[in-house]
Amino acid sequence: MTREQVIEKINNFIVEDFEVERDKLRPDANIIETLEIDSLDLVDLVVLIEKNFGFKVKNEELTAIRTLGDLYNYIHERVKDQ
Amino acid sequence: MNRVVITGAGIYSCLGKSLPEVRDSLYQGKSGIIFDPARKEMGFRSALTSKVDLPDLKGMLHRKLRNNLAEQGEFAYLAAKEAFENSAVDQAYLDENEVGVLFGNDSSARAVVETCEIMKEKRDTMLLGSEYIFQSMNSTVTMNLATIFHLKGINFTVSGACAGGSHAIGIGYHLIRHGLQHMILCGGAQEINAYSMASFDGLSAFSVRESAPQKASRPFDRDRDGLVPGGGAAAIVIESLESAQKRGAKILAEIIGWGFSSDGDHISRPNATGPARAMQKALADACIKTGEIDYINAHATSTPVGDSNEAKAITQIFGEKTPMVSSTKSMTGHECWMSGASEIVYSLLMMQNSFVAPNINFENPDEFTAKLAIVAKTLDTKINTVLSNSFGFGGTNSVLIIKKISA
Repeated sequence: MTREQVIEKINNFIVEDFEVERDKLRPDANIIETLEIDSLDLVDLVVLIEKNFGFKVKNEELTAIRTLGDLYNYIHERVKDQ
Repeated sequence: MNRVVITGAGIYSCLGKSLPEVRDSLYQGKSGIIFDPARKEMGFRSALTSKVDLPDLKGMLHRKLRNNLAEQGEFAYLAAKEAFENSAVDQAYLDENEVGVLFGNDSSARAVVETCEIMKEKRDTMLLGSEYIFQSMNSTVTMNLATIFHLKGINFTVSGACAGGSHAIGIGYHLIRHGLQHMILCGGAQEINAYSMASFDGLSAFSVRESAPQKASRPFDRDRDGLVPGGGAAAIVIESLESAQKRGAKILAEIIGWGFSSDGDHISRPNATGPARAMQKALADACIKTGEIDYINAHATSTPVGDSNEAKAITQIFGEKTPMVSSTKSMTGHECWMSGASEIVYSLLMMQNSFVAPNINFENPDEFTAKLAIVAKTLDTKINTVLSNSFGFGGTNSVLIIKKISA
């Protein structure tokens, strides 16, 4: 999966499931402050990653992710060889 | 002791999605019952149910508030919104005052079933997501309404089976009466999905008159053969008379009595003495004589034993000349956890619009129901004082008396 495909999938579910406006989706956007994603949303993010990319991520691993760019990098790293 | 008044009402039921719609359906004697083929496929003995549309709250509520609502919570949100608007209570008032919430709710089956299905498939709790816990607890309705409307007073759910909605209003009435709260949103909510009613259907308690769904719920009629499950939500704003007068609120009615009892008998077979004691206690609490009750909104669900025993209890308390009696469940089916609250809303609509809604499908009485003054066709008449019966599994009984206000 290319980085562009990863970014598109992530942006789509953030817009669709978290109802965040698409123009807020910049790589430097802070996930918690800019996207208003709270601790319960991180629980849902685990489910969305599994649904969209087919792997399970531990909730604790997500706490290191600060920006949307970090999320793109983390997911891409896990799926680039698929 | 404070006098307790009702200043707002809201309803989302098979008879309509707002007070005016429901008023018209009640007046016209409309049935909200359908045959649901999906239940037959699932293995239901009876596929009859009331039809309540699932609302689309996208655009009305932020997803963080919306996602934690089970379907009965969605119904309750709309009923609560209408009740607050009807009572002229806005968000600024709720933010500045200590307003409570008490609802009857006794199940949340869909969320529980879906949680189990995901667990069987994924075998990992981390793949359940965040909302199921908040949707699956019995207190789902009150925890969500308190969060959505920023309610800061009493906040819990009454699981009192099919009397839960009535008990919630009764407890709220006492808290206000004794000065512990000045305003409470009270109500009842009932999910409508098939999962929630499967085990109840398994008791053979539901009508099997599937060829004529709108004739199936026939409380007090000689040929009744069981209840029809229903759902939705109802809410009322209750407050002290002082609070209502201070706000200049329009007063819909006063709650003047609450009586409760437990049969102390069988888990599903109601007796007549428990309901009779609850009615007696409500009348004593209201300090009124039986002759002052104009109308009884009966619990009668259309089951052979339940309706006969309620008829016996009414006759025992009121004698041979009973007040007018009807069961709105003839139109709505049995709204279970919601019914104690919805039937107060239906009674308020009748009171405000000077009519008694019909007990549709009442064609022939039996030996016991013949002694009641059952209103089978809509009656245009003023009613000032209403007694509302609600009974539930385990023999829990709750009786409320409301009256047009005389300040």
